[in-house]
Amino acid sequence: MEALSPTMEEGRLVAWKKKEGDAVKSGETLAEVETDKAVMELVAREDGVLRKVVLPEGSTVPVGALVAIVGGADEDIESQLGVPAAAAPPPQGVGGRVSAGGTPAKAPVAAATPGAATLATLPPTPSHPTPTPSRVRSSPLARRLAAERGLDLRLVAGTGPAGRVTRRDVEAAGTGPQGRAGLAAAAVAPAAPALGVVAALAAPPGGFRDVPLTTMRRTIARRLAESIGPIPHFFLTSEIEMERAWEARQHLAGLGDATRISFNDLIVKAVALALRQHPAVNASFLDDRIRTYGDVHVGMAVAVEDGLITPVIRNADRKGLLEIAAESKALAERARARRLAPEEYTGATFSVSNLGMFDIDEFTAVINPPEAGILAVGRIAQRAVAVDGQLAVRRTMRVTMSCDHRVVDGATGAKFLQSVKLMLENPLAMLL
Amino acid sequence: MPVLTYRDALNQALREEMARDQDVFLMGEEVGVYQGAYKVSRGLLEEFGPMRVVDTPITELGFAGVGVGAAMAGLRPVIEFMTWNFALLALDQIVNSAAKMLYMSGGQVPMPIVFRGPGGAALMLAAQHSQSFEAWYAHVPGLKVVTPATPADAKGLLKSAIRDDNPVIFIEGEMLYNQKGDVPDGEHIVPLGVADVKRPGKDVTIVAHAKMVAVALKAAEALAKEGVEAEVVDPRTIRPLDLPTILASVRKTNRCVIVEEGWPLAGIGASVVDGIQREAFDDLDAPVLRVTGADVPMPYNRQLEKLAKPDAAKVVAAAKQVLYIS
Repeated sequence: MEALSPTMEEGRLVAWKKKEGDAVKSGETLAEVETDKAVMELVAREDGVLRKVVLPEGSTVPVGALVAIVGGADEDIESQLGVPAAAAPPPQGVGGRVSAGGTPAKAPVAAATPGAATLATLPPTPSHPTPTPSRVRSSPLARRLAAERGLDLRLVAGTGPAGRVTRRDVEAAGTGPQGRAGLAAAAVAPAAPALGVVAALAAPPGGFRDVPLTTMRRTIARRLAESIGPIPHFFLTSEIEMERAWEARQHLAGLGDATRISFNDLIVKAVALALRQHPAVNASFLDDRIRTYGDVHVGMAVAVEDGLITPVIRNADRKGLLEIAAESKALAERARARRLAPEEYTGATFSVSNLGMFDIDEFTAVINPPEAGILAVGRIAQRAVAVDGQLAVRRTMRVTMSCDHRVVDGATGAKFLQSVKLMLENPLAMLL
Repeated sequence: MPVLTYRDALNQALREEMARDQDVFLMGEEVGVYQGAYKVSRGLLEEFGPMRVVDTPITELGFAGVGVGAAMAGLRPVIEFMTWNFALLALDQIVNSAAKMLYMSGGQVPMPIVFRGPGGAALMLAAQHSQSFEAWYAHVPGLKVVTPATPADAKGLLKSAIRDDNPVIFIEGEMLYNQKGDVPDGEHIVPLGVADVKRPGKDVTIVAHAKMVAVALKAAEALAKEGVEAEVVDPRTIRPLDLPTILASVRKTNRCVIVEEGWPLAGIGASVVDGIQREAFDDLDAPVLRVTGADVPMPYNRQLEKLAKPDAAKVVAAAKQVLYIS
């Protein structure tokens, strides 16, 4: 099959104009071929006899495939018959004239072209599945190794000249997420940070960002882990004024059953939004790095008959209160019925545990690894508080946040909790 | 195993090949009565007579041409240049005749000729007597170019060169003639076009030929003291180059330094780098570096000459650079 036009990649043999045994002269039409552009003629390149028609009418083959053999009347053609169909592309110079006469190429119409012009001097380059992040300096070997390990080069600190990522750096970074899935996800990540510049850059949606540990982080991790068990917890308590939240909920309930939400839904939403604002809390400690996640998935502790399970509301920051309400109700029911699928109770980046319905004022919860924190929520009760120097009664709710000190420091946790408090005390802020 | 000087290894090779094949003869300045300008042909005139060991006037173009004619007529000449610097005068015979005759005659005119002599710098021979020419000849299709670094390689490669039916440029070295080394007993042939790993290692590949092999080995010793195991690869034949052996080494070590005596622009190393980056790109952890002679005519002053030549310290520095260690 010749390339009858420069863009032709395959041809459909419409009709043979000669049959086996016919004499052919150079330039005579052998067959009509439908190409990407038009129906064109395949012509004989030499005088001879059409010894064998290989391709039946109506078949489509790529350019270069064997379609027929033209030779001397008594020539032995056996050796040509074994030639595979889709062989080397025809020599350069084919194509150009889109006319009935076909191309100026001297290729025999028959045999697949072992003698076709090839770039003989250049060996085939090994292909590696390397998506090339732009503007990352790295050695070719580092790129290859990173691709093999599913690491995004942008997340690897480079120690070579001008920040070049070398083999040593890739090896130090360990293994990334599941191969290409992680790479594809990380493809929209912003530029890689220099070592040490952590919190400012967000993790990509559906993916995560790893930051290698600084010396300070490493020391904190080691010392705290040695002192208080596997996850070094510390606790932050806050008393949140819930009057406006109460009003908001009442108001929404008054609009109809369809808009009934619970306080827990408000809390989940506020926590989710706060995690978006404080990505350092939406993270995990992983031995030699801290992983911040691009998505916010809030786990909700649900008491079941003989224990506790935490179904996950995925992307809670992007869901409206009604959606959260519906989902948490459904998940809780399924949890109690033991019908939760694994993907429904794993993958949370933070958890909320609410024992308010059991009249608990406040409590401390234990973090679910590999999360970095959990918010323990007590009951909303009318309490005596001081307002402008006067005694007043307000509905308040006490929350205690447990933090993984390897990931979250006091100030970070406190600021996060402040955001949660702000949003619950001013529900309209959740709309911002 | 016998220990021979490079000079004596060459002498043995000539002797053995001349005894084996009556068509082999040696021609050049001082090769006969004087026993050789560097004594490489010591004793050959006495053994084989004046028809096989021919003293010439000082006329490189002339006797190179006589050699070419002799080869065309069916003999197997070995033409000695006192140094390769003087062969510049014979360039037309070497390149336009010797290299191209077989091709231009459609394979009808044979050219089994060897041109040999010392090349590169010695000590204080200055600008006109210190040049490295392998890059010049390696450029020409039709020639083979060989640069033995050790006595064993010298003997084995000269025998192969004489038996090869192609014109071979055989580049020795004044500073190598006195080097001693093991040379296997008996018939010792080293094939052309095959590189040799002179020192195995895993951390960095050092490619070096001719006098630079010793420099590379010295650098490897210094690197070993710092825990770096360098692999030294000696191409031995520059054209045709055994790129696969070099590539296998680079794929193992991921980094390469090339040491050559010649000038940098369009030097041998440039071609080697081309081959490596083209075929082992994904195995490179660092750019391929070259350590070359300084881009100046060789100075006469002893200290300047030292600075103009590659040395082990420069090779070590380059190796550390590609290893990203300081």
